[in-house]
Amino acid sequence: MSNRIDARLAELAAQGRCGLVAFITAGDPAPELTVPAMHALVKAGTDIIELGMPFSDPMADGPVIQRSSERALSKGMNLRRTLACVSQFRESDSTTPVVLMGYLNPIEHLGLAEFARQAAQSGVDGVLLVDCPVEELDTCGSLLRDQGLHQIFLISPTTSGDRVSQICAQGQGFLYYVSLKGITGAGSLATDAVAASLAELKHQSTVPLAVGFGIKSAEQAAALASAADAVVVGSALVERLADAIDVEQVEIAATAVLAPLRAALDQARRAAAA
Amino acid sequence: MSIDNVSELELSPPADTGLPDQRGHFGRFGGRFVSETLMAPLDELTRAYAAAVADPAFWEEMERDRRDYVGRPSPIYHAQRLSEEIGGAQILLKREDLNHTGAHKVNNTIGQALLAKRMGKTRIIAETGAGQHGVASATVAARLGLECVVYMGAVDVERQAINVFRMKLLGAQVVPVTSGSKTLKDALNEAMRDWVANVDDTFYIIGTVAGPHPYPMLVRDFNAIVGREARAQMLQRYGHLPDALVACVGGGSNAIGLFHPFIGDQDVAIYGVEAAGRGLSSGQHAASLCAGKPGVLHGNRTYLLTDDDGQVIETHSISAGLDYPGVGPEHAWLHESGRAKYVGITDDEALAAFHKLSRCEGIIPALESAHAVAYGMKLAATMRSDQTVLVNLSGRGDKDVHTVAKLEGIGL
Repeated sequence: MSNRIDARLAELAAQGRCGLVAFITAGDPAPELTVPAMHALVKAGTDIIELGMPFSDPMADGPVIQRSSERALSKGMNLRRTLACVSQFRESDSTTPVVLMGYLNPIEHLGLAEFARQAAQSGVDGVLLVDCPVEELDTCGSLLRDQGLHQIFLISPTTSGDRVSQICAQGQGFLYYVSLKGITGAGSLATDAVAASLAELKHQSTVPLAVGFGIKSAEQAAALASAADAVVVGSALVERLADAIDVEQVEIAATAVLAPLRAALDQARRAAAA
Repeated sequence: MSIDNVSELELSPPADTGLPDQRGHFGRFGGRFVSETLMAPLDELTRAYAAAVADPAFWEEMERDRRDYVGRPSPIYHAQRLSEEIGGAQILLKREDLNHTGAHKVNNTIGQALLAKRMGKTRIIAETGAGQHGVASATVAARLGLECVVYMGAVDVERQAINVFRMKLLGAQVVPVTSGSKTLKDALNEAMRDWVANVDDTFYIIGTVAGPHPYPMLVRDFNAIVGREARAQMLQRYGHLPDALVACVGGGSNAIGLFHPFIGDQDVAIYGVEAAGRGLSSGQHAASLCAGKPGVLHGNRTYLLTDDDGQVIETHSISAGLDYPGVGPEHAWLHESGRAKYVGITDDEALAAFHKLSRCEGIIPALESAHAVAYGMKLAATMRSDQTVLVNLSGRGDKDVHTVAKLEGIGL
């Protein structure tokens, strides 16, 4: 069976569009709003959903996503329920790719093989393990692959040339380029320099490139639309969703954040093509 | 002429267990489980450390600092009255409490600060729980003229007001961390985030033998001076090694410092003492080896205290310095290999030992070290009087007098 991530990114490439990847934390702002939020993301123009698996110690994340993790955990969210959300989402959406993003410990606690099996069964397409660099791959890489799951890797501005080659060789689905030195949702972004790095990376990568960390505005998205195959928005969306108390508010928040990004990406690509 | 005179103390070379391997693994533990952005700075640090280790000038400067600034070597003291009262083995204390800043922590911070200077870094960051590592970091930063920022859980800032003030006196900025459980583990997360964002000019001084490779190795190497001295002192004074070593284990830096040079000495029994808090069955403790499971936290694979979903749980100990849900990966390896045995001592037992040593020997131990003293007494009672138990007295108790007074309802 082909992976939904590959299918979606191929479709976007054929259309000449830049993909929009949206991140939310499972269970935030409330466990019962997660599945409606996933559908709302799709309705607002999301091509790939990144669903955060909440963790008590999200070391690579900024305060916005850490607080979302804390809210989710305090409301009883856990890995089993996160997978159940994906299953439920799949009941009415069989095409939008879902990437689970998170940290190793809860997954190892369940057991890697068991996690891979359950994730595939729930309809997950890829897994991004923030604290599992390519060097530690032997612990999980093949277990995910055996279940048809893509392991998504990060490349950062500090990644050395040797490691870029090593990661590119392992890349599946897409590579996630970290647009700044720092944590998710941080500081300001030098989009020109990021676009230049992406252009260089494109020569080496055999899979599409997504870019994220610190992308907040339509202007930033537009500036990266041609250099990247997809743009990731996380903290800005999570922040906006935090106060939603029902499905309607979730939909309003998702549209408010994503619609301008979607429009900016499409417009930038059209302008570049013209 | 004293046999403890530094010029006459012939230190054995650092022990070589062949661990960690090239990628920082101690058996299946350790490693480097961090976000991609940190891989390059960790590689840079690994290279810089390898270059420093190979440079005699680095060790000469370190030796000078240890002697003139820290006050090394620290003596071994025979706790005679205590031993007689226990009526078993002779209890010997390695007096790390006599170091500048009052604990073993400075052994590590002078080493890492010298490394920071070599690497041209101008800013030091550190995490701290009880504040001892924060103070030791602020101390060396002041001495080398480096900017210093210390992350400390908001709960600990309140519990350890005196150490917060000490750090400020030393010119450091103390940042209270309000995320998660607002304690040491969260301070570590926050320091790691600072490092990710400021890797160009910033050196992160980790305070224990945890974290991603190469930290567990270099913090061990800097603390191993404790065991190397102790080994030489034992041979010079008694003509034999101790029968047993005892040290408290939170993250485990003082313990690995004492244990490491003895790992090859199979006749020396090794005991790590974890904080059993209100009892191992109470769920309120910090004994990750005695009661935890392997997992991944703070950049390394080790034993952790987590819930059924793999979320890291809040720990409890009377001693803030042992109040940590993980443990250094080399301890996890020593535990599984059986070379060291890990045991628990409760808050009450530690408190009793705190009083006992104060009254019996005129030494007020840190509450962390009181755990080691408590187990040392238990162990000695089961041994012959011609045997010796060497306890690492990792810190002095001045910092804890307010805590103990409060526990006993005494207003100061």
